[in-house]
Amino acid sequence: MDNALFDLLDYAVYGTAILVMLIGIYGALAKKSLLKIVIGLSVSDSGLNMLIVAIGYLKGGTAPIFSPGYLDGTNKLMVDPVPQALVLTAIVIGFGVTAVALALVIRLYRHHGTLNIDEIKNLKW
Amino acid sequence: MKKILIILLLAGLGFYIATTYTGIGFGEPHFKHGVKDTYLKQTVQSLHVANTVTAIVVNFRGFDTLGEVTVLFLAVTALGSILYKKRHEVGVRSVLFSSSSIVTAGSKLLFPAIILLGAYVFIHGHLTPGGGFQGGVIIATGFLLMLLAYRNYSVSHIILSIVESIAGITFAGIGLLGLIYGETFLQNFLPVGVLNNVFSGGIIPIIYIAVGFKVAAELTGVIYTILHEKGESNG
Repeated sequence: MDNALFDLLDYAVYGTAILVMLIGIYGALAKKSLLKIVIGLSVSDSGLNMLIVAIGYLKGGTAPIFSPGYLDGTNKLMVDPVPQALVLTAIVIGFGVTAVALALVIRLYRHHGTLNIDEIKNLKW
Repeated sequence: MKKILIILLLAGLGFYIATTYTGIGFGEPHFKHGVKDTYLKQTVQSLHVANTVTAIVVNFRGFDTLGEVTVLFLAVTALGSILYKKRHEVGVRSVLFSSSSIVTAGSKLLFPAIILLGAYVFIHGHLTPGGGFQGGVIIATGFLLMLLAYRNYSVSHIILSIVESIAGITFAGIGLLGLIYGETFLQNFLPVGVLNNVFSGGIIPIIYIAVGFKVAAELTGVIYTILHEKGESNG
C-alpha cells in the first residue's frame, strides 16, 4: 500500500513537469494575445527544465555539494549534477529568448497598436 | 475547432512523453557508466570545489559557459537594437505611477541588503548552491525594486556597459591565461587551496564573480530598456 502510493508520487514528479510543459505549449498555440504567447513559451521552458532535473534524481541522494556535513555523514549517495548544470544553461538561454520575444512584442505593439494576433495581418496560421 | 485540434495534438505528445518516462523510471541510477562519477570524484580530489554543479559549469564545461554568456550578451544587444530610439526620445518612463512613502523608504532600506545577498551568492558559488548567474539575477532584482519605487531613478548605460565589458574581458582573459600557463583554454592555473574555504578552487571563484557582475549589468540594462519604452498610444 505504502509502496504503491510512493510509486504513484514518483511518477507525479514526471507528470507535473509534463503537464506544465503541455500547458505552456497550449498557451503558446491557442491564445490570441502576444503577451500570453510569450508567457506560454516561458512556462513550457520551465516544464522542460523540471523534467531534465527530475531525470537526474537518485533515490536517497543528496544535492551534489561536498559540504562539511556531507563529508562527516554516512549517506554517500548524490544526485546526478550533469542535468542540473545543463538546466542552468537552459534557463539562461530561456531568459534570452523571452527578453528578445518581449522586445519584438513591444515593437509590434508600437507599430500596430494592438496585441491581438487576429487583428495583425500576416500573423495568422 | 482549432482548440480541439491543439488539445488532441498535445494529448498525443503528452502520452508519448509519459510512456517514455514511465519506461525510464524515477530515482533509479540510469547512467551507470556516465560521466557523473568521474565529475564527482574530480571535483573533490583535483579541484577542491564543494559544489559539483559549479565545477561542471565553470571548469569542465567552461567554454560552454563562455558561449552562454555570449548568448546572453547577444540577447541584450538584440533587445537594445530592436527597441532602438533616438537619443532625445529617451528619458520618459512609460510605466508611471507614484509610490507611497512606505514603499520608497522600504525599498531604500532593502536595496543594500539585496545587493549584499547577491554578492554573497556569487562569491560563495563554489561552496553553496548558487553562483554567478543566480547572484547576478538577485542584484538585478534590487535595481528593479529601485526603478519601480522611484519615478526618476536612473541607471547610467555607460557604467553598465563598462562593468559588462570588464567582466567579459576578465572571463576571456582568464581563459587565455590558462592557455599560456597551462595546456588548454580555461585551464586552472592557480593553486586550488583547501576544500570548503572561500579561497579555493583556483580560477572558479574569479570567473563566477566576473559572471555575476556581467549578468547583473545585463539584466539591469534589460529592465531599464523595457521600463523606458515609450508607447505611441499611452506615452
